[in-house]
Amino acid sequence: MKIGIPKDGRFGEFGGKYIPETLAPAIEELEKSYLKIRNDKNFKKELGRLLIEYAGRPTPMYFAKNLTKTVGGAKIYLKREDLLHGGAHKINNTLGQALLAKRMGKKRIIAETGAGQHGVATAMACASLGLKAEIYMGYVDTIRQKQNVFRMELLGAKVHAVKSGSKTLKDAINEAMRDWITNVDSTYYLLGSAVGPHPYPLMVRDFQAVIGNEIKKQMKKIPNAVIACVGGGSNAIGTFYPLIDTKTRIIGIEAGGKGVKTKLHSAPLSAGKKGVLHGMMTYLMQDKDGQISETHSISAGLDYPGVGPEHAYLKDENRVEYKAVTDDEVIDAFLILTRTEGIIPALESAHAIAHAIKISKKMKKTESIVVTLSGRGDKDIDIVKEYLSKQ
Amino acid sequence: MTRIQEKFNQLKSKNEAALISYIMVGYPSEKATLAAVRGLIKGGTDIIELGFPFSDPIADGPTIQMASTESLNKGTKIDDFFSIVKKIRKEADIPLVLMTYTNILYNQTYQKFISRAKEVGIDGLILPDMAIEESKDYVKAAKKSGMDTIFLVSPNTQNDRLKKIIKATSGFLYMVAVFGTTGVQTKIHKYTIDALKNTKRSANGKIPVGVGFGISTDKDVHKYVSSGADAVIVGSANIKIMENTPVNKIESKIFTFTKKLKNKTR
Ligand SMILES: Cc1ncc(COP(=O)(O)O)c(C=O)c1O
Repeated sequence: MKIGIPKDGRFGEFGGKYIPETLAPAIEELEKSYLKIRNDKNFKKELGRLLIEYAGRPTPMYFAKNLTKTVGGAKIYLKREDLLHGGAHKINNTLGQALLAKRMGKKRIIAETGAGQHGVATAMACASLGLKAEIYMGYVDTIRQKQNVFRMELLGAKVHAVKSGSKTLKDAINEAMRDWITNVDSTYYLLGSAVGPHPYPLMVRDFQAVIGNEIKKQMKKIPNAVIACVGGGSNAIGTFYPLIDTKTRIIGIEAGGKGVKTKLHSAPLSAGKKGVLHGMMTYLMQDKDGQISETHSISAGLDYPGVGPEHAYLKDENRVEYKAVTDDEVIDAFLILTRTEGIIPALESAHAIAHAIKISKKMKKTESIVVTLSGRGDKDIDIVKEYLSKQ
Repeated sequence: MTRIQEKFNQLKSKNEAALISYIMVGYPSEKATLAAVRGLIKGGTDIIELGFPFSDPIADGPTIQMASTESLNKGTKIDDFFSIVKKIRKEADIPLVLMTYTNILYNQTYQKFISRAKEVGIDGLILPDMAIEESKDYVKAAKKSGMDTIFLVSPNTQNDRLKKIIKATSGFLYMVAVFGTTGVQTKIHKYTIDALKNTKRSANGKIPVGVGFGISTDKDVHKYVSSGADAVIVGSANIKIMENTPVNKIESKIFTFTKKLKNKTR
């Protein structure tokens, strides 16, 4: 079931590379370069050093004693990706790809961002490696995540507000792809999640797999369950991949928004249909004609109508359970974790916490759950404040 | 033989290149679309390319993106598209090509979509995000319905890929003129002319080669035709005219523009 390098870029029937012809040589070059460095000792050494000294790896495994006691069920452990430089797991991937770009001789880096976390992590990696970064961000997101726009600019990146389509993450990806088509020779596209045409889903998964590998080392016994939130699916696949061959129950949590029965959610695995977008075949939120739907989530980082192809595959193989939690449940979980443990989680990560709370109650006290806390919530406090003021 | 293949044969015997004109269905309205089609036909265009809007058109520049969004906002559905095609077919026998994105077909399954499109009178398909590696089922379904599959090549397509793409292509081969998205360009690059010559060499007379993206003036048309293009494709320039013209003037404006371009293909 576990797929190392996907043949023809396919995880089962999912993935592939549905791309404009102009990008074909660039994708081919990327694939070749990545497969070459994938087992290169020097590359691994250099990335390993950056992850330790610059990003702050390994991240701790924290037993959330108070939360566990409050919920009253299985032991809840938190994999603290929120403690990484920049405040989210995104840096694991941006350091890897920026280093690759440098090896490939590319000096201009472009990236998309939703909440701004990937944009910030890209800007940081580029600043530290001496590369030029330009970030595409949906206009709507530049407003709701204003602080991250300024952070990126401080870090020396240029931010383009995207005003086409729904003006959110998917449109930022569209615009980044258009830029890449136009500047294909000089530019490296640093995608921020386990989505897009092959080899991106493979590459991003490999760079994020450090999360799952550390979990395996840090837990004396393989946990009974692991849980992570799924936007495009990078922190989740990084958590899950090294554990696929174990007996652990694996659960991915999508953004249920106002409920998956409404149209206001971002849960393509729970309520989507197979389709083709952004270079990949996967589950998508779309209408009867195949037009991509506008999505909703309280967390900008999960507000995306698609999902990485490896998740689509793991769903159809019945290896991973995919569930959704609502905005209301997320806020509750956000507050519970903040007050019991003194940890303010990103709203994305609070999705995983919400589900952990739900299932831990039904589990034995001797059992354990590991939740990947993908990021810290400083960026979200205005959103939470507004939400609470409306209640 | 499809209408497209027949058209190229006719033009060849007259020593003419084809003018292929793109418009976006439903932009700015169905009425405008039908008016533009009349103008295009009277102006002498050889093949009409009908765009069906997709929510995420990654190969398109600002002009066609705007037209897509407007058309979708007006509520254009795939059923509307097919009914417009039927209306056009009642008036004319001109070859019609549909340009849209892969998901629109995939959504209904390639087979179902293509046989329905063929039934209403579409002769060929252009999908800018359909890479040759992923095209097996699509090409198979199209072959079954006698639908032409028009693939795109780019100035950076290497010769071994070019060969594979030519093999899967029918109707004509669509060479993208620029590194970039659709939209009006201000100059013709030397790399484009070089790529055109190379593509023609690979096509080796077996399949016509059309050039598109950024072509907007009669001068452009002349330059590409005299450099060996079997067809030139004009899109954003038509949309721009429609953007700035009241519906009752669209037919005549498009007619005048098209006639001017068509003259340079002879
Ligand atoms: C903290 C955090 N978690 C999760 C995500 C979702 O991305 P992914 O599903 O790729 O991990 C984001 C995206 O912005 C994020 O910032």
